Amino acid sequence: MALLSVKDLHTRYGTGRQVLRAVDGVSFDIERGETVGLVGESGCGKSTLGKTVLRLVPPAEGEIRLDGVDITRLGDRAMAPHRRRMQMIFQDPFGSLNPRQTIRTVLDTALKVHQQGDAGERRSRLQEIIARVGLPADSPDRYPHEFSGGQRQRIGIARALVLQPALIVCDEPVSALDVSIQAQILNLLVDLKRDLGLSYLFISHDLSVVRYFADRVLVMYLGRIVESASHATLWRDPRHPYTKALFAAVPSTDPTHKRTAPSIKGELTTTIASGCRFASRCPAATDRCRAEEPQLRSVGEGHHAACHYA
Amino acid sequence: MSTPDLTTPLPVTDLGNRAAPRKGRRLRAFARNPTFVAGVAILGIVVLLALFAGWLFPTDPQDMVGPPLLWPGDDAEFPLGTDSLGRNVLALLVHGARASLLVGISAAAIGLAIGMVVGSVAGFFGGWVDILLTRLIELFQTTPTFLLVVVIVAIREPSLQTIALAIGLASWPTVARLVRAQFRSLRESDFVVAARSLGYSRTRIIVQEILPNALPPVIVAASVMIANAILTEAGLSFLNMRDPNVVSWGGMIGDSRDQLRNAWFLTALPGAAIAATVLSLNLVGDGLNEILNPRSDP
Amino acid sequence: MNPIPVPLLEVDRLTVAFPGHVAVREASFAIAPAETLALVGESGCGKSVTAFSVMRLLPPNARVASGRILFDGNDLMTASRPEMRRLRGRHISLIQQEPMTSLNPVLSIGVQIGEVLRRHERLSRRATRARVVELLDLVKIPDAHRRIDDYPHNLSGGMRQRVMIAMAVACHPKLLIADEPTTALDVTTQAQVLDLLGDLRRELAMAVLLITHDLGVVAQWADRIAVMYAGRIVERASIVPFFARPMHPYSHGLLGARVDVDAEEHYLTDRLTEIPGSVGSAAGETGCSFAPRCPMVQPSCRLAPPPLLELADGRAVACPITAAQTGAPHGAAVG
Repeated sequence: MALLSVKDLHTRYGTGRQVLRAVDGVSFDIERGETVGLVGESGCGKSTLGKTVLRLVPPAEGEIRLDGVDITRLGDRAMAPHRRRMQMIFQDPFGSLNPRQTIRTVLDTALKVHQQGDAGERRSRLQEIIARVGLPADSPDRYPHEFSGGQRQRIGIARALVLQPALIVCDEPVSALDVSIQAQILNLLVDLKRDLGLSYLFISHDLSVVRYFADRVLVMYLGRIVESASHATLWRDPRHPYTKALFAAVPSTDPTHKRTAPSIKGELTTTIASGCRFASRCPAATDRCRAEEPQLRSVGEGHHAACHYA
Repeated sequence: MSTPDLTTPLPVTDLGNRAAPRKGRRLRAFARNPTFVAGVAILGIVVLLALFAGWLFPTDPQDMVGPPLLWPGDDAEFPLGTDSLGRNVLALLVHGARASLLVGISAAAIGLAIGMVVGSVAGFFGGWVDILLTRLIELFQTTPTFLLVVVIVAIREPSLQTIALAIGLASWPTVARLVRAQFRSLRESDFVVAARSLGYSRTRIIVQEILPNALPPVIVAASVMIANAILTEAGLSFLNMRDPNVVSWGGMIGDSRDQLRNAWFLTALPGAAIAATVLSLNLVGDGLNEILNPRSDP
Repeated sequence: MNPIPVPLLEVDRLTVAFPGHVAVREASFAIAPAETLALVGESGCGKSVTAFSVMRLLPPNARVASGRILFDGNDLMTASRPEMRRLRGRHISLIQQEPMTSLNPVLSIGVQIGEVLRRHERLSRRATRARVVELLDLVKIPDAHRRIDDYPHNLSGGMRQRVMIAMAVACHPKLLIADEPTTALDVTTQAQVLDLLGDLRRELAMAVLLITHDLGVVAQWADRIAVMYAGRIVERASIVPFFARPMHPYSHGLLGARVDVDAEEHYLTDRLTEIPGSVGSAAGETGCSFAPRCPMVQPSCRLAPPPLLELADGRAVACPITAAQTGAPHGAAVG
């Protein structure tokens, strides 16, 4: 049984005629100890998908199972015990911490709310976690503004870890950080995963980071998954034209290896016509693509793509 | 080309790691801000006079104690003179500070309490609750404040309590709008999302996560609300809608209407007291706005 | 690859101070006509302040403590305000990071581009409109005739950035300063916009000062690089030798810390190279600002800030230790 199992999930924003289908029929599983990368451009719905899975945004349709338990429609009270099992790490190390709470308050409140041990046990748990994420031992009684961006991200990680979850949704955890700090945080996340047996849903627009960090990758475009494969397969043999375009657009740090492929035209729009969502930007689109929406189908061992010609 | 070394060590751009306690430093920096200090000083004097009015002038300030219409300086016993009924102007002013501050603070407290509850509920829950409460706020806001106060005071007898209640009832929509806007933006902030993902209850999220961050602009607004309430009370007293047993600055101005030409100090002195108090409250509000903004650096 | 004969822009030992800290220290670099120089560094390293100094658009509390900026033979530090206004937009122009806020939301894009043209050239209304359409074509905005009356909110982020570029190149400037021009854009849009900038630069023979933190962007679109750390330029080099062999330990660390899309690295088998600590560690450092984070630090590094040493082929590095090792297998020493 998968740790997390998502079936035909839909999330919509707005009402009446102004409905935005941010997530539009997505299914995937995350196994224990697995890191699933979710990659796509801004506005593709990847962040909404992450928040829907955590039940922070209400799902419109579909099913979310955690450890086999259907949590799709649980109320606040019934959801509370499941919240401990899955946590989130945010992109913005400034906005994701309450500026008026010390680090101790942030971490201790979580433990108190979930009735984790007495004051003494909580204190030792706190010291342990502070050390685990690489923060200085005098951190607990300081406020977020006293820390640098990288350290604040460590605080965010500590908060996500304090309840000992099984799954962590990482929403662009290193995008707001400087390159020299990104590596520190990624290495920390790798260590934590290994030591604590965590599973990650790793959301990022940065293909190079996803390639490094994920076991399996989902490529998302306009609310749908257009390709999914293990990281090695995807980079060796991308099938969907959008995946190929994404790869081609990432600038290489080898200046002797100049980009040759022309960039794809257009930009992500939110209007969905009939047929394939990518057809308007696809260099290989045919009449069939504009008429008939391709479904995600198997194109190899553990490799799926939603393209008629994949 | 070689670079000559800069021997003086200059601090580089430090993006974090400020271990120094910032709050203390900020307060000290603002202690040097002259307008804020002036505001606090004036307000402090007014508050002290109000607190010790009974000790400074133990007799009833409404008693006739001397000849009428003594000018300031005429008699050392009445440094600010006497009014047409022979009452000590200084004693009236000091006791009047009591009434003005009392009305100002209690009206602001009533307005804040209603406004914060309505605003936080509307902002946090959104949806139809928000639509309903927003309509209510708009209803109150489109009614002219002063008129509303006059009507309420006219219905009941004009005691200090009624006046404070009326002003409070008329002033809460400003607070409600402010708090609602704060809650709406804070509700979506990442740290509140994080609190939800940690399974915190709604009450905890409102009280512990959102409210402390929503308060600073409310505190600033509160100082201006006290000032406005003092002004409204003065206006009401001037229109004779006042508690006849209590001295207030507005009442002093109202009483001295007829002496405006021959004894202008009788209106000028309470007027100056009102102006100074309102100004000091505004200065304190501005200063607090700077101090309470976590992103502003002194 | 040789040192530039007659630079278009020469920044000479520029130091810019803010109350409480020095943002740029003794920065020196030059750009030849039609060349792209990338100024690279992390947030707060002083790269944007350097660029704004060239435009003389520093915030009021900033002060140029020392240094000269020569543009096309003119000293910009002593130029009068009217002279600067004539230069800005006409000979030097700027593209900023956020196309959302850089455009005026209540004016159509045609009006905004036209305004730049008419400020510097005497043009009739009709001629202006024709030039604006030409410019929109030039930046590859489809249906320029129709788009000219659109407002910024009708356009996507990438399109807005194209409009910004059209405004910047309207008067065929000799130097374009691009401050993180694609940071706010998606990767596919970034490629489109940078390809466009590359084409324009060739067509208009324009020099570009490209400010970025993305080494991939540098490798693909720049000719030379200047790396900044804590207000100082620590390395200058041409692109190919730089990426083949970064010399300053910080440059080396940056390249190592970056996950390269071409590298077959995966977390199960490879660990990313970290640069320990953060820029904040340099506070109070009397010597090299990078010393607290440097894997090769020597006691001598802590004494005085190392000068930028000029090496062969226009290369320069502010690290006497790696400069002395030129020719030695450097990667192993840092690795």
